[in-house]
Amino acid sequence: MTMPETELRSPLRELLSELTPTVFICALILVGFILVVIFAPLIAPYGEGEILTNDSFALQGSEGKAQPGSTLLLGGDFLGRDILSRLVYGARVTLSVALAISLLAFLLGSTIGFLAATLRGTADAILSRIVDALISFPSIMIALIVVTSLGSTFTVLIITVALIDATRVFRVARALAMDIIVQDYIEAATVRGEGLGWIMWQEVLPNALGPLAAEFGIRFTYAILFISALSFLGLGVQPPHSDLGLMVKENIQALLYASAYDDLRYALICISPALCIATVTVSVNLIVDWYLKSTGASLPEEL
Amino acid sequence: MTLTALIGRRLLIGVFILLIVSVLVFAGTEILPGDVATAILGQSATPELVALIRERLGLDDPVYLRYLHWLGGLVTGNLGTSLVNGADLGGEVGVRLFNTFFLAILTASVAVPLSIVLGLLSALKPNGALDRTISTVTLALISLPDFLTAIILVTLFAVTWKFFPAIVNIRSDDGITDIMHALVLPVATLVFAVLAHMVRMTRTVVLNVLTSAPIEMALLKGIPRWRILIVHALPNALAPIVNVIALNLAYLIAGIVVIETLFNVLGLGRFTVESVQNRDIPAVQVCAMIFCAVYVLLNLLADVISIIANPRLRHPK
Amino acid sequence: MTSRFLEVRDLCVAARVQKSALTPIVKNVSFAIETGKVVALIGESGSGKTTISLACMGYARPGCVITGGSVRLHDREVLELDFLERRRFRGTDVSYVAQSAAASFNAALTITRQVTETPLIKKLMSANEAAEKAVSLYRELDLPEPETIGHRYPHQVSGGQLQRLMAAMAMICDPKLLILDEPTTALDVTTQIEVLQAFKKLIRDKHTSAIYVSHDLAVVAQVADDILVLKDGEMIEYGPVDQIIHEPSQDYTRELISAAHVMPKRMPEIRTPTIQTTQEDVTEPLLVVDNVTAGYGPNHQYLALHSVSIEAHAGRTIGIIGESGSGKTTLGRVISGLMGCKQGEVRLGGMPLAGSIGTRSRDELRSIQFAFQMADVALNPRHRIRKILGRPLKFYFKMSKGEADHRVDELLDTVELPASFADRFPRELSGGERQRINLARSLTAEPKLMICDEITSALDTIVAEAILKLLRELQERLKIAYVFISHDLSTISKVADTIAVMRDGKIVEYGSTVEILTPPHHNYTELLLSSVPELRTDWLDGIEAQRTTARTAAAG
Repeated sequence: MTMPETELRSPLRELLSELTPTVFICALILVGFILVVIFAPLIAPYGEGEILTNDSFALQGSEGKAQPGSTLLLGGDFLGRDILSRLVYGARVTLSVALAISLLAFLLGSTIGFLAATLRGTADAILSRIVDALISFPSIMIALIVVTSLGSTFTVLIITVALIDATRVFRVARALAMDIIVQDYIEAATVRGEGLGWIMWQEVLPNALGPLAAEFGIRFTYAILFISALSFLGLGVQPPHSDLGLMVKENIQALLYASAYDDLRYALICISPALCIATVTVSVNLIVDWYLKSTGASLPEEL
Repeated sequence: MTLTALIGRRLLIGVFILLIVSVLVFAGTEILPGDVATAILGQSATPELVALIRERLGLDDPVYLRYLHWLGGLVTGNLGTSLVNGADLGGEVGVRLFNTFFLAILTASVAVPLSIVLGLLSALKPNGALDRTISTVTLALISLPDFLTAIILVTLFAVTWKFFPAIVNIRSDDGITDIMHALVLPVATLVFAVLAHMVRMTRTVVLNVLTSAPIEMALLKGIPRWRILIVHALPNALAPIVNVIALNLAYLIAGIVVIETLFNVLGLGRFTVESVQNRDIPAVQVCAMIFCAVYVLLNLLADVISIIANPRLRHPK
Repeated sequence: MTSRFLEVRDLCVAARVQKSALTPIVKNVSFAIETGKVVALIGESGSGKTTISLACMGYARPGCVITGGSVRLHDREVLELDFLERRRFRGTDVSYVAQSAAASFNAALTITRQVTETPLIKKLMSANEAAEKAVSLYRELDLPEPETIGHRYPHQVSGGQLQRLMAAMAMICDPKLLILDEPTTALDVTTQIEVLQAFKKLIRDKHTSAIYVSHDLAVVAQVADDILVLKDGEMIEYGPVDQIIHEPSQDYTRELISAAHVMPKRMPEIRTPTIQTTQEDVTEPLLVVDNVTAGYGPNHQYLALHSVSIEAHAGRTIGIIGESGSGKTTLGRVISGLMGCKQGEVRLGGMPLAGSIGTRSRDELRSIQFAFQMADVALNPRHRIRKILGRPLKFYFKMSKGEADHRVDELLDTVELPASFADRFPRELSGGERQRINLARSLTAEPKLMICDEITSALDTIVAEAILKLLRELQERLKIAYVFISHDLSTISKVADTIAVMRDGKIVEYGSTVEILTPPHHNYTELLLSSVPELRTDWLDGIEAQRTTARTAAAG
């Protein structure tokens, strides 16, 4: 559906007038990450799999002994690869996979959710019960089983996690649509003789768009956390690709170095990919939170 | 409809969902590649032996018969045997389940009261300094991957200050204090993982109740603040809060694979990961059923409490 | 000691729109109440009347701030008290009856527990004393089973009873000032009168002062000594009730009076048919509802209509009147096809109509249009007016974008709105303007019949009056038949040519407006008629005897 530009302009302007410094910084961070994802090969100083030194866990700023003249700005990983370069490529993989997952999950989940709410009756009952059953599977469990049996390719990963996520989106979309579907303007469209398609996409969707956008932000962060956790367990993105979760797993030994040499700089090698994840998810969540708060409730001051 | 009828209906729905779940679990594990008989025999697999085993295990039966047989076993407490070592699954699963539950209960006993208090404090002064602090901190916690929380805790408390061990290594002769000491870091990580959600959800629920008309009425009746909270707000907030707790407890049981792996806790989550990797189908099936059953039961419990707490249902017209 | 129990001076309240900006919503309001007197705050939505009444208890709703002025209660300055001191007089010296008792009672506690809470908490009575006091109040308020009704939960009693129970809760400590915030607005007309009588008796017997907040001038006239007319947070006029009603000094007050929900006094004011009644037998009815029985739930389990038959003629209006639960809205839904019927049939121009929307032809759907009660929820908030009005044109007439745009301009002109409104969203329009758009949307289909479901009920009286005028003009020009559904007999009598009185899913009286409104009346019609307040101060007292007979007759 195309929404006329002007339709969004005035509320958007209203929203922008309440922009806080924190949210502005978060938005900048996200833009930065988007640039990194798009221009990864230009930004990364070295190749994804390029081994710069023979030592495990080179410290920040040390020289790559295998490649004279190179510097490991953020240190080297267990194979002596440049952490900074791997972070850039890792972020690229993690973020684009998470984005693909969320988009797919929303396409599926909200379509079926709207459908269930609009059709009501038996169709809704059946769809809802199936989702109830599916949701009662711990998501990590489904991912484990499917990924192990079908192999951990990007396609399998994206489709599996998107399907799991779609059940959650279904619930949100259905709940939103349920509130909308009882409004008189839906009845007005029904009594006019409008079909299911018009009601779902022209009457319901525009009214659910705001909350759905917020939910998209939240689900996107979950997708990032989820595939990172899978990769951390060794079931997500497979080497030689780098992925932020996998990088944490690969370099977990750095913690032992930190303990042995009593030098926290080693710990940073392991923590930096996790911090990258956290920066993105915190930024997204802060923006969503701010967006939702612009319609917040307040209490009697005497309570 | 009477209260008992309502609860009975809810129980039936629960059983029905569990049945669907069992079908899904059975079908799901069917797609795991590899032949069970070959897996059992390993190197010594000859076509004759494989056929023998297949017959003995009933693998050549139609799918629905195998499903019914499996379901019957589950219901009667016969969980089957592991394909990896041929041991009865009941014993191994029992130990793992105990460890997971132990960890979950420890976590819940810290996280539930703490999050309710924080959620209440937050809701009482919305947009106040405390609320904003709690809101920001919980938001950050939600955004952190749980392994990052774990690593930071380990780096600080195990690596730098060496207060607690970095991995859980409990021996049978360890006293309760040793066990507790060993479990501090995993429990702390888990608390952080569920706390944020629970605080935020409690806040929303309580805020909803506190902005309702009956509360304004109570204020205008000159009722003291503490009494408004306890007598007027609490009964109405109870059901939704119970739901919040149930949801998060379910996560505690099932979602802690990462933490178990990181701290080397021999819990059910890790057992599942190992079983999946070893293609130990009966074990995977049992684990999946347990996780789903816990989730369904917790939700059932929450719903039953909501039904009982609802005066409209408790005292029908 | 002065006899002025409450004195409000230059009260100002502001709403916090954004973080820093304050918008005044009550501006320099002053009034005073002497002991035992009732002051009515009257105004339309947004006039600030509720805000003022709450400020008298030292309370401002979330998002509002009392910015100035003084509220002297007896010998205290309310606005200077801290929370603890305010708590001390609330519920005992001053108490509050909220607009919707159903929403304001706590669903989780029994009624008596809530009624007796204040005296028990403040240790003014023992548990037994409080319970006895509650029962005696229930009795005074004519509540059924006064001994046991308090043991029930709020959802177990009816709306009218709950409103009276809330009055009992307010009176339990014998307050010196009672604040009643639209206490009868949510009730059916026949119930409203009973509750109103109960309140009036209570105030008189206990010699309590009261603030009565309402939008309904005729209701207020029955209980108030003084009236304060408000508009947009400003005082328009303040004076004794007789002066306000008979010699208003302000135009706004006069407007309010002329639009008040009262029965037309003289017959000429009653709708004169646009087509001669004598011709009625000649013209074929446009719509026939023939012996329809319908209900909700699977297989029409819960019947809402029992063997209902009505007719509507082109260019004429049939009014359907009834209280909540009478089946009047169900009837509208059956005609429009939103609901099927169990027995009987609906015919349009002699042809039977299919039961549901999916099976009706597009032309049949176009011929019958449904105008909804609440324009603010009947218009999609995310669609521009151009889309709201343009869609039916494209849907029914397959118009091109250019044709539709042109027609939308014409339609806006028909409902007396500027063409520039086409690019607005519904939220950028006032309530009355939205209702015009709502009507315009029905007109786009060029219907033969329009079902108007309580289309003026949610509107302020003056705006409603204008909408009714527009409806009449449209009918004269376009010869549309209206099925006008309402709970308000005074509105119906101004628009309808024929009236069907409904009760419990049945039509109890059916005939021309003149017939229905000329005595002798059917028992239930009599009860309805006698429930419409008249704009004179002694109406409520006089009506009591008359109604008791009507009520017993209607019940029997």
